[in-house]
Amino acid sequence: MSDITKLSLNELIQNIRNKKLSSKEITNSFIERSEKSKKLNTYVTDNFSSALEAAKIFDEKPNMDLKLPGIPIAVKDLFCTNGVRTTAGSKILNNFIPPYESTVTQSMWDEGAILLGKLNCDEFAMGSSNETSFFGNVQNPIGENLVPGGSSGGSSAALAANLTPVTIGTDTGGSIRQPASFTGTVGLKPTYGSCSRYGIVAFASSLDQAGPMSQNVKDAALLLEVISKFDNKDSTSIDFKRNKYSSQLSNNIKGLKIGIPNEYRVEGMPKEIEDLWKTGIEIIKDCGAEIVDISLPNTKYALPTYYIVAPAEASSNLARYDGVKYGFRSEGENLIDMYEKTRSKGFGEEVKRRILIGTYVLSSGYYDAYYLKAQKVRQLIKKDFDNVYNNVDAILTPSTPSSAFKIGEKTDDPVSMYLNDIFTVPVNLAGLPGISIPAGIDNKGFPLGLQIIGKPFDEQTILNIAYSMEEKINFKNNITDWWM
Amino acid sequence: MAKTNQFFIEREQNKYEVVIGLEVHAQVTSASKLFSSSPTKFGAEPNTQVSLVDAAFPGMLPVINEFCVKQAIKTGIGLKAKINKNSIFDRKNYFYADLPQGYQISQYKYPIIGEGKVILDMVDGQKEIGIERLHLEQDAGKSIHDIDPTNTFVDLNRSGVALMEIVSKPDLRSPDEVNVYIKKLRSIMRYLGTCDGNMQEGSLRADVNVSVRRQGDDNFGTRCEIKNVNSIKFMQMAIIYEANRQVDLIEEGKSIDQETRLFDTKKNETRSMRSKEDAHDYRYFPDPDLLPLEISDEFISQIKDEIPELPDEKKKRFIDKFNLSSYEANILVSDIDTSKYFEEVIKNSDVKLATNWITGELFAVLNEKNLEISESPVSSNNLSKLINLIKDGTISGKIAKTIFEEMIDGDKDPQIIVDQKGLKQESDPKALEELINKVIKNNTSKVEEYKSGKEKLFGFFVGQVMKESKGKGNPQLINKILKEKLNG
Repeated sequence: MSDITKLSLNELIQNIRNKKLSSKEITNSFIERSEKSKKLNTYVTDNFSSALEAAKIFDEKPNMDLKLPGIPIAVKDLFCTNGVRTTAGSKILNNFIPPYESTVTQSMWDEGAILLGKLNCDEFAMGSSNETSFFGNVQNPIGENLVPGGSSGGSSAALAANLTPVTIGTDTGGSIRQPASFTGTVGLKPTYGSCSRYGIVAFASSLDQAGPMSQNVKDAALLLEVISKFDNKDSTSIDFKRNKYSSQLSNNIKGLKIGIPNEYRVEGMPKEIEDLWKTGIEIIKDCGAEIVDISLPNTKYALPTYYIVAPAEASSNLARYDGVKYGFRSEGENLIDMYEKTRSKGFGEEVKRRILIGTYVLSSGYYDAYYLKAQKVRQLIKKDFDNVYNNVDAILTPSTPSSAFKIGEKTDDPVSMYLNDIFTVPVNLAGLPGISIPAGIDNKGFPLGLQIIGKPFDEQTILNIAYSMEEKINFKNNITDWWM
Repeated sequence: MAKTNQFFIEREQNKYEVVIGLEVHAQVTSASKLFSSSPTKFGAEPNTQVSLVDAAFPGMLPVINEFCVKQAIKTGIGLKAKINKNSIFDRKNYFYADLPQGYQISQYKYPIIGEGKVILDMVDGQKEIGIERLHLEQDAGKSIHDIDPTNTFVDLNRSGVALMEIVSKPDLRSPDEVNVYIKKLRSIMRYLGTCDGNMQEGSLRADVNVSVRRQGDDNFGTRCEIKNVNSIKFMQMAIIYEANRQVDLIEEGKSIDQETRLFDTKKNETRSMRSKEDAHDYRYFPDPDLLPLEISDEFISQIKDEIPELPDEKKKRFIDKFNLSSYEANILVSDIDTSKYFEEVIKNSDVKLATNWITGELFAVLNEKNLEISESPVSSNNLSKLINLIKDGTISGKIAKTIFEEMIDGDKDPQIIVDQKGLKQESDPKALEELINKVIKNNTSKVEEYKSGKEKLFGFFVGQVMKESKGKGNPQLINKILKEKLNG
């Protein structure tokens, strides 16, 4: 079968269960295609030989009751993987091999999945284009020298290029949904507290959330079902009743009320995004759901709030990378000198920028004006959503204000880069679930995504909406394998 | 203990009052650390009690140890303090080699325990010391600078161990009060089982805030904080040095800089560690890895049910029920093991005798042998037997002391010693009368002297009779019969 890598996760599972394909055949296909796709620079570390070994072992005694039987999956290099190098896209962790496994990845291996490799990402997940990675740019398979989005850029590119059937990313301000949107794939950020943060290299603890990235909504539902679990090793994990997201998936959204937030019509938004949104609204109506105009008045404060809260937490979370215990160390005259050299050489520019911002906003004399104020605004933003959820079941917005841009286009302008997250950031601040699905293309032929935002813990509803829209949109990614 | 609470530093013209506040760091008695399951045993090989959380590996997350929270609440109840049903863990950010996370998880604006108090028994009366707050925090690891000439070694065994920081109000006025305060805190926590109070093992340390002011002044002077002092003696030495240093500055017309100082135990002096300008900006903010700590009324009332009788209440009971003096009661309740020992002894024996024997003979032996009462060579059971032998007249107090000497060696049963050595007291009036008759017969001239008014000689006759009885004569009976004979 030559098109193995084109199959969706659910199709692969069916083929394995029907014994039409072995885990080894599947694994081999993805490895072969990955080997031919080095130009995309999606992998930081491959795990190919171990993966083949594991596939063989699976095939000898296949357990078809598992949810991901013998399925090879590559994951963002922010998830700690036992015995496999984990870098977070940073020089400072260039040589770091964790002796432990993140809860989310463990859940996947427990259901029969096999680690294919570790995927490139922005350094410590700080970026929207994968350009801050110590391991270099990732090419978007949509077109040459196009960014794949970020920070889960290696994940979105590998997924769109069929180097992995599905993948997982992390989303702090849009890092799953924005790259999904840029690559014509599906990306879901679950409700904060759904997926354990244990073993995920932390960026901003109160915002970070792992989630599935896939070719279609059904695959996302299945992968979410595997990774969304209460974990007592993460104090912010929430013990709520999880659905069987994939088997409960339904395209019947009749009678649901979908909110259209007025404040998301931002100034300077390209007309094609506006049109895409309108098309989305029509499709929703077609599906029998009701459209309701809503207002989220504090939306305009979301981005500045995010760029205070996230760097503040990051400045503290990244203090542990000091050259003392593990990772990169640059020798110095004394302890302070060693710290300074290690952190100056070990971190890249964007990470340093955010550490500086974060340190500043937490400093005495500035704390009240920045951090404390931002936390208050964050509450207001959350309250905006609480209010509208009295009247609507979900919210429809564009995923991003533009399609994928050229590599290098925004690297000198951090603020314009930050604006990429304008539609995704409020969702993280409010801890809500959000999914981006491919909904069309712009005049350059680049994919554009629509975002559906749900009520807390109501992933099922946004999956159902996405599922029914997906049917009607019938989006096909135009990947030409230009890099081969 | 001091004879008076009054403590002043005097100079030619002026008398200065010393104002002291303590931040005591007490290690929570707990088998595992505050946010990880690593063990906390003292004295383990370096870096053998360290989890991935304690060493701050990427992606590792803290999970609160409920037992430590319970211990803090217990201590709060012992300090008659307000239990805050909502408190928050913050990150205190600073870089140091033995601080793996690059921050210490502590409590800043919202501690678990609010205001409380500790009552001190000073010689000239009771004094109340206010408690400002108690909060939970992680200990750091240990940097070891003297193993290698160029490298510093780091031991993370202590990293993440739970500490309670107990902050007093600036209510202490003398080194003696500091002594009594620390001992009282230690006593309360040992009663509660929340801190073993072992200062040698670093379970109890304090930052000492010292300022001085002219007697009668209402405003506090500028304070200096002396960091991390680990014995009461050093605290007292540091306070005396520091207060005098500050007084000297004032006398010279200079001002005192608010700063952090270190006490050099070898030179007996404090010296500047960092000034206010160099003070760290710890950038405290709520730890986003931990949710606010919410404590239910049920949880608090469950803990209240587990609170044992504490020293103040026990003292009151001892005074009311056993008629002990305040002084005696204080000695018996100050340490939980002493009070346990005492209560075991008096289960089956006389309270007054038990008090005297424990505070007298037993304490002398423990002091001499440098033992804790928990290591006492004489068990409470055997001491109560000895007391009963005295009480029922089997032996005299004097013989009891001889027997006690023997009991020390291997916790011997006093009854067996009495039987083996024939030390039973002679309480047969007829037998004693015979001995008395003999003494009177052999000392006719002394009898004459006595009868002619030299009553001091009575003691001599008692001594002679005792001698004849080989020390076993019942002294009360001897007195009685002798008086009858000599006066008759």
